[in-house]
Amino acid sequence: MTDTTMASAAAKPVARTSILPGNFWGLVRRSIVYLLLSIAAFISVFPFFWMIVGTTNTSADIIKGKASFGGAFMQNATTFFTQVDALRVFWNSAFIAVVGTVLTLAISSLAGYGFEMFRSRVRERIFGLLLLLLSIPFAAMMVPLFVMIAQAKLVNTYVAVIVPTVASIFIIFYFRQATKAFPSELRDAAKIDGLKEWQIFLYVYMPVMRSTYAAATIIVFMANWNNYLWPLIVLQTAENKTITLIVSALTSAYVPDYGMTLFATVLATLPTLIIFFLLQRRFVEGMLGAVK
Amino acid sequence: MAQARLARREHLTGWAFIAPALILLGLFMIYPIIWSLWMSFQVGKGMNLSFGGFANIERLTKDPVFLRALGNTFTFFIVQVPIMIVLALLLAVALNDATLRFRGLFRTAIFLPCVCSLIAYSTLFKSMFANDGVVNQALMALHIIGAPIAWFSDPFWAKVVIILAITWRWTGYNMIFYLAALQNIDRSIYEAARIDGVPAWARFRYLTIPMLKPVILFTTVISTIGTLQLFDEVYNFTAGNGGPSDSTLTLSLYIYNLTFKFMPSFGYSATVSWVIVVVVGILSLIQFLIARDRRSS
Repeated sequence: MTDTTMASAAAKPVARTSILPGNFWGLVRRSIVYLLLSIAAFISVFPFFWMIVGTTNTSADIIKGKASFGGAFMQNATTFFTQVDALRVFWNSAFIAVVGTVLTLAISSLAGYGFEMFRSRVRERIFGLLLLLLSIPFAAMMVPLFVMIAQAKLVNTYVAVIVPTVASIFIIFYFRQATKAFPSELRDAAKIDGLKEWQIFLYVYMPVMRSTYAAATIIVFMANWNNYLWPLIVLQTAENKTITLIVSALTSAYVPDYGMTLFATVLATLPTLIIFFLLQRRFVEGMLGAVK
Repeated sequence: MAQARLARREHLTGWAFIAPALILLGLFMIYPIIWSLWMSFQVGKGMNLSFGGFANIERLTKDPVFLRALGNTFTFFIVQVPIMIVLALLLAVALNDATLRFRGLFRTAIFLPCVCSLIAYSTLFKSMFANDGVVNQALMALHIIGAPIAWFSDPFWAKVVIILAITWRWTGYNMIFYLAALQNIDRSIYEAARIDGVPAWARFRYLTIPMLKPVILFTTVISTIGTLQLFDEVYNFTAGNGGPSDSTLTLSLYIYNLTFKFMPSFGYSATVSWVIVVVVGILSLIQFLIARDRRSS
């Protein structure tokens, strides 16, 4: 990658001047930087290693801090699959996360595009108000929201989990920021070609902004997949619970079976990990685009 | 004439693009917020509410559990946010050095915790911090402690685990924002400073920090909001009770318990939730003022 070529190009002059006494401290500082980064990386990654090792150990071994692979993997898997209707739980999680992500991206990117491309004083005011609302915590709307959902007889449905999260101020803001980098010549050219605004959005804007969409997909998918408090309130029967709720229920048991719980945790984390590694490059690009 | 029609058309198209989002936000955010403000002035059990004026606010000042939760939330905020912001900043500056080897590897590793759900990582931390668990064993092997620490049954150490856990989960997240902002800074400024003999810490203090100020402010506000809403980790660590003896109870957890666990008291729990709104508002304002003040001086 470009990182390594830059590194080797820059490393040469350092090597050439290393006889100078001043560079000794540079070397010390460099070593400290590497040491600290390695410690940070180790601390960041160790729990993931712990989680994977844990799936192969019995609960008693995990509590005793055994950090090497054991032979209880099948036992943990069997306990999990007999206690939890895994297929159903995964379907619940996947449905909520996928449908929620698609709807959020559609509605919030439309709004981000609208706010940036069609500016008017009223709409700027509304946007300012939305940014203010961003700081109001979920707790402040949780109770009325639950009463609304209960009155609409939507408790224990997917709709109740998905719909309130679909218009995300954070994602609207993110798309508006990213749209600032969208070349206006493209839109002008498309207009001259006679494309309508929705066609420009669909056929020009969306393909050009795919890095932004990728980054937003990671953020929104993870938020939906991992969402806890609102589903905890709304999804009340076992057959509708998501994997996140199940992991929490297993952990909160009086004497948790950690082998099985860590097995469930791996299953709960895998989809977000896969999405992250698939979209990682675009994610960094998309983030850079938004901060600029 | 045609010009005016075109402008009007543009105007309508603009509304059409934002209408779906505005309708949803109005229904599922603005309406509930206004309702909860109204609720916070009502007293009663369940849905039998009547107007109570400032009765709920009076109850707040006499409620020891609320004051406990407020204190805990502040402790988490005051200790955790600065540690995390400084760590994230240092890591970002270290990783921004183009001559560093394994940059991509370090960056991915440090960002990785963000992939973990709040529930997944609190499960991991709960098992790692068990009495005979891996953390106690490691600390004893390194002779940092003599006897195992009872992390979850000691009020002080239970708070420490929560702070460690949140820092683990969110440092990489904040770091990415700084890294993205650092890459937009013109490198020639640093080169010029280096040639002029400005030492590294001074470059950090007088170049990096001022240029990153908007991003630092943004991440601080976001982290403040996040910490004041702390729920998932505490709920999961303590099976929902904020123990031992309310030492880890947060405001969000208290609201949840008031609404869904105890005899439902919607009016009072709405009042507690508005405490969070007010505190977030005040803290954000202070952070804005500090950021502006530094700029003018």
